[in-house]
Amino acid sequence: MSVIPSGPRPKHLTIGRIGMYCFILVCAIFFLMPLYVMVITSLKDMDEIRAANILNLPKELSFYSWPKAWSQACTGFVCEGLKPGFFNSIKITVPSVIVSVGLSAINGYALAFWRFKGAYFFFGLCMFGAFIPYQVMVYPLLKIEDALGIYSTLPGIILVHTIFGMPILTLIFRNFYASLPIDLFKAARIDGGNFVKIFFYVIIPMSTPITIVAVILQVTGIWNDFLLGLVFAGRDNQPMTVQLNNIVQVDYGVAEYNVDMSATILTSLVPLFVYFISGRWFVRGIAAGAIKG
Amino acid sequence: MPLFRNIASMIALLPMIVISLTVFVGCIIYSFVYSLTNSKLVPVMNYVGFDQYERLFKQRKWDVAVENIFIYGFVFTIGCLVIGFLLAVLIDQKIRGESLFRTIFLYPYAVCIAAVWQGAGFVMVLMLAGLRGIDEDIWKSLSIEGVAKWKSYLFVILPMLRPMVVTAIVLIAAGVVKVYDLILALTSGGPGYATTTPAMYVMENFFSRANLGQAFAASIIMFISVVCILAPWAFYEFYLRNKYAAN
Amino acid sequence: MMKNNVEVKNISFSYGKTEILKDLSLDIREGEFMVLLGPSGCGKTTLLNCIAGLLDLTDGQIWIEDDNVTWKEPKDRHIGMVFQSYALYPSMTVEKNLSFGLRMMNTPKNIINKKIKKASNLLQINELLKRKPSQLSGGQRQRVAIGRALVRDAKVFLFDEPLSNLDAKLRAELRYEIKKLHRDLSNTMIYVTHDQIEAMTLADRISVMKDGLIQQLDTPKQIYNKPANLFVAGFIGSPSMNFLNAKFDKTNQNLIVGKQHINIANYENINNLIDGQEVVFGIRPENIKIDKNENTIQCNVELVEPMGADTLVWTSIEGTPISIRLEGSSNYNLNDEINISFDINKSSIFDNKSEERI
Repeated sequence: MSVIPSGPRPKHLTIGRIGMYCFILVCAIFFLMPLYVMVITSLKDMDEIRAANILNLPKELSFYSWPKAWSQACTGFVCEGLKPGFFNSIKITVPSVIVSVGLSAINGYALAFWRFKGAYFFFGLCMFGAFIPYQVMVYPLLKIEDALGIYSTLPGIILVHTIFGMPILTLIFRNFYASLPIDLFKAARIDGGNFVKIFFYVIIPMSTPITIVAVILQVTGIWNDFLLGLVFAGRDNQPMTVQLNNIVQVDYGVAEYNVDMSATILTSLVPLFVYFISGRWFVRGIAAGAIKG
Repeated sequence: MPLFRNIASMIALLPMIVISLTVFVGCIIYSFVYSLTNSKLVPVMNYVGFDQYERLFKQRKWDVAVENIFIYGFVFTIGCLVIGFLLAVLIDQKIRGESLFRTIFLYPYAVCIAAVWQGAGFVMVLMLAGLRGIDEDIWKSLSIEGVAKWKSYLFVILPMLRPMVVTAIVLIAAGVVKVYDLILALTSGGPGYATTTPAMYVMENFFSRANLGQAFAASIIMFISVVCILAPWAFYEFYLRNKYAAN
Repeated sequence: MMKNNVEVKNISFSYGKTEILKDLSLDIREGEFMVLLGPSGCGKTTLLNCIAGLLDLTDGQIWIEDDNVTWKEPKDRHIGMVFQSYALYPSMTVEKNLSFGLRMMNTPKNIINKKIKKASNLLQINELLKRKPSQLSGGQRQRVAIGRALVRDAKVFLFDEPLSNLDAKLRAELRYEIKKLHRDLSNTMIYVTHDQIEAMTLADRISVMKDGLIQQLDTPKQIYNKPANLFVAGFIGSPSMNFLNAKFDKTNQNLIVGKQHINIANYENINNLIDGQEVVFGIRPENIKIDKNENTIQCNVELVEPMGADTLVWTSIEGTPISIRLEGSSNYNLNDEINISFDINKSSIFDNKSEERI
């Protein structure tokens, strides 16, 4: 087989290329399978689910599982569906994303451009935090928040998400800023910028791609979080994932798979949506943040 | 030199420093100290030495959990890397409908990014970004020298993607240890405790069994294993590389 | 006696354990065009960054206009700086780029506009004011970058290899403009480059650097004609100076190169040479003549490089390649036999050990 550089597109299909397309298609089907099963199951009624193969298309479309998952399904003792969880998740996600991305951007900026003695020691400690299993920190952190009086409150869960998001976000911001031409920063210093002014006038306008990546990571990460929400959010602020778990893991009655599937799809809609509207930026930004690792 | 030269920078990094010290370092110390006690429902300073660890290692359930995480972690890390790299290479062939496929492969990533930074999709994006960053001239010279394509990818391109590969491995490996949500969602650790993981073991002892000492001990062991995985990499990245860079 | 404008007093700079500048001192006079010249890694850019206050010294002091600025912020040093990579703020228009520094100092709007007008007239960038840097060519970007330094009314202008990213034609063009700018503004300018042509054409004085030390500080002419040591001699001039290892024979006032003898009775410092001293004889390509005098060495043409204005003829003496610069019209062919003689007045002789000029 001739060697084809990655540049120009070959003029005709070779056997190798056909095989390649097949492989990609198989992979794509494999990746899409769970979504397919979830969607069609949610559109069947329980009798059909019990009777037929899970891969079969529904004979009769039944949509009743969707509104039920949204506003009637029982999560523990209350039967209000996922709706309250959805709004709780928003209340948790929006401020957590803003605080953690903002803080990490400042961290990355300070580390990339304003190094002082010992800064990288603390950066190392912070990075180390990225690899500490949550389980080591959950209980002591609970005690700390308890002492601060914010355990089981909205600020409490926001602080937790900020803490756990900080290491990786700081790393990608720092890497992104370190890849910017250092001369730009020097010029800004000579032009009279100080720490705050350079950040706002020079750095932030250049941070769009990496900020989008950070926001995507945090939105999806925090939205899908289960463990931290379960432990730290408190009864009144339980996020959607915790309620989803409560719907799926019923202790009594019959499992309604179609409702479970609708609920799961509903829960994953936000991250999917965020991802679809920003896919291209995501690829670009991840590259910018990772290359100079 | 004036003592506080970058005072603004220090103030800006203060939250990071405080969090690193109190949460990251502080929690480990706290957990370790109380893992040496026989705390049950509440932490009490009742020193029992390494009893909790001894008991931990005698637990069949813990053994299963550790085995599971090793199998799961190994298969998962390798699987993600290989499939992710293959997909990236294939998509790099300038195929039709690239963005569509890219979107499809990334979607599970978007769904389960929660617990772990994982998935072939993630590796693919990293690798694809790296592949696109490779100088066209390298491809030209490889094709002039008549190197077979798969060899080019394996022996020339892959080593050039080292930073990407390292980033991917570390993020995936570190994520694997934290696996909790996914298993809980899929199997709840069952049947019995066949698919339980160390993370679940810890959480169970913390919150449903009221066996704090045991949970602390298990979490410390988890932490130590992560350090063991990461230490060689960290040593290489931060120490050796700087040493060579200085010369 | 002219006043010193920038004084660098015994500065040292280390990066980790690597010492980049060692106890370096340099005085730059008011209105002087000082070029810091040297190969990459010689510390010239580091020195410039230290003067700008972008790097913190390990030791020593920096004074600008009788003011100790060693620990002052870059913005408080009254300097303007132009970078190799242009360093234009990508998100701002040319106009915003130019005015950024003034806006940071809360300068009134009408003054800002006046200054921008003046600078953009001077650099002919009026048409570009509303554009973003990404819509400019390399030459235009560098003009804007120079303009940004101009509007600040700096006492000292610092240039960090400003022309290195441009192609040859643009480089010559902007070099000319920078020189004109200096003539018109007569500000002190410190200019870092590794390009000796830029250094020779622009500088009032050049300081040639290597390994964090100043090797020679003098006018371009002096540096070219009387290089202080072997390094400077070899670094300046293209093609570079020819070097021959030789031994001094005092009785005949000859340098012995293998079987060849070169009479150096006319050398200015011949009295400083000791009988039997091992030296390096240096002669520039244009100071070698082809003729049939008595004091000639016979050799063969090995390569001819016609360069238009002049022609370079390569030969060798005792195995050492020698280049000779001749008029463009001269006509030599491969293997032609030639007799060459040296203009001893314009030669340099270096001690073999210390590498210093004798």
